This record gives sequence, C-alpha cells and structure tokens, in this order.
Amino acid sequence: MTVVRMEEKVLNENQRIALDLRRRFQENQVLCLNLVSSPGSGKTTLLESTLASFRPEERVAVLTGDLQTENDARRLMRYGFPVQQIVTGGVCHLDGKMIERALGKWSLADLDILFIENVGNLVCPSSYDLGEESKIVLLSVTEGEDKPLKYPSMFHKASLLVLTKIDLLPYVPFDIDAARANARSVHPEMEILEVSCSTGKGMDAWLAWLRKRRATTGMLTVER
Amino acid sequence: MHEVGIASSILEASLAETARRPGARLVSIGVRVGVLSGVDADALQFAFECLVADTDERNVAFSVETCPRVNRCEQCGHEFDSPSNAPFTDAPCPQCQCRQTRFVSGDQLDLKFIEVEEP
Repeated sequence: MTVVRMEEKVLNENQRIALDLRRRFQENQVLCLNLVSSPGSGKTTLLESTLASFRPEERVAVLTGDLQTENDARRLMRYGFPVQQIVTGGVCHLDGKMIERALGKWSLADLDILFIENVGNLVCPSSYDLGEESKIVLLSVTEGEDKPLKYPSMFHKASLLVLTKIDLLPYVPFDIDAARANARSVHPEMEILEVSCSTGKGMDAWLAWLRKRRATTGMLTVER
Repeated sequence: MHEVGIASSILEASLAETARRPGARLVSIGVRVGVLSGVDADALQFAFECLVADTDERNVAFSVETCPRVNRCEQCGHEFDSPSNAPFTDAPCPQCQCRQTRFVSGDQLDLKFIEVEEP
C-alpha cells in the first residue's frame, strides 16, 4: 500500500480560477465586491440605492446570482449600468467559473467597480473564492442578532458587515449592540455599517466606504 | 448544503492522482476540514458514501480530520485551540487571559492524502 501525500486545497480548481480573476481585477484596477447574505436581507435593494446614487458616467457593473429567474437583473438594469443575471439552475452559490464565463462579454478595462450579488445563502458561498477584493455580508434587523454566531464561517470571511433595514428597529426586537458584539466575537477586525435604503439613513457612510475602497484599489500594485 | 459538490471534487482529484500510477487502485482518502470552512464533516462523509455507492469506488475508505479554530495571543504568543463549546468565537488566551488574539487557522478544506494499492 502506498500513501500519497496530497496536501492540496479541495477546491483547487476554483482557487486557480479565483486567483486568475483576482489578478485580472488588479491589473485593470477594478474593485470587485462579493455581496453575501441570507435571502431577503436586502442585497438587491442596497445595490439599487447604490446605483441610483451614481452619476451615469460612473464605470460600475453588477453580476447577480439566483437559482432561477431574471428578476433581480431586471430591477438593477433600470439604473443604466451593465447588469448580468447568472442563473445557477439550483446551485446554491456562485463559483469562479460562473464569474469567468459571465465576464467574457465585458471589458474589465472599462470598469472601476464590479459588484457580485451572490445567491442568498449564508453557508455555501463562504467556501467559494470569486477573486473579489472583499466579501460584504448583509444582516437585516428582521433577522436574529445571533446570525454571526450561527454562520461564523461567512462572518469570519467578510471584511464589512452592513446592518440593513434599520428604519424597522423601533418595530422589531433586534438588539443591534448584541449583533455588533456577535460579529466582532467571530471577526474582531470587522467593519460595521448601519443602513436603511427606505429612509437613506447610513447611505452616505456606505458610499464613503466604497469610495475609500475604490481609492485603495487604484493604488494596489499588481502581483505578477 | 454543497457537500456533494465538494465530495465529488475530492473524488475527482483522488482518481486523477490514482490514474497517474499505472495499475494502481484507490483504497482510501483522507481530508482535513476546519470548523470555519463552512463544510460539515458528517454531511461530507454522507455525501461521499452516496456518491460512490454504486461505483467501483464503493469500498474506498473516507476519513475526515476535523480541525479546531486556532488563535495566537498577541501578548504572550501562545497558540491555542478555541474551546469546543465555543469553537467559533474569540476566546481569551488561557495562559495570560489577554483578549487580544489573532486567528491562525480553522478554515481548512484540504485533501491530505490518498492510499493506493500498486501492482
């Protein structure tokens, strides 16, 4: 019997594609952000409000993933920026190959920011690197404040937590301080923002976060 | 939820390595799964068994090593496993009680080894 040491990542093939995507994003100075959350936390709504606040000449695009339907793409297309729906047909996450395929139609040199709206799911998307600069996790105040403890893998990997629907705080038992503490216990360095897309509260801070991230991307040196 | 896809990636890589050795037969597979990998060890085991059930690989042994979250204390440098009753959160350093700790590992999803029988 021969034991063969493998010592490789199980998702080797996805990792290879993700590294290639990351190199392409860096070479073209594109800030790629991977938005993840449970279904219904407000990823599409946050993107709608974000796109609505951009000037038409901004170089922004969105890839949005769902198991079925083109509904999200239709919602996002109204703002005049390039949008593509990725229908996974039952697959519970986006993977590197899906992103690579979708990007085939676009020139990265024409983009400054690429948003990827992942499939609503706090489990599986955490295992698949898409070449993004950061994962952003959304948690709405109509969910439980213990989500970071229940789904630690995702909250551990995301660099920013956006607490959404904060206009509903007076009507729900959500303990926002506990939510923050839970997120930080899983990921001490996590940045946290609070946003309501209905009232616009917190949108300025979110847009400032984007601008700051975008500025740092421009200064990144490309690893070859 | 996505353990079937992961099990099939593991099987694929193992069979590819076996195929590089003329006449070899795959006997066992060893993987390493961290508590923060987003993959459940039992579900992965179950997915693998279902995947190979009616194939030539049905007798391949599949072993999963579960890895804890490991943190390093910023003050005294001590490396420690997070307690099993709170495997995901940042526990204080058991040596100096300092709360400034840094994540070291716990998100592994690795194919460790395969065992093959060669002619």
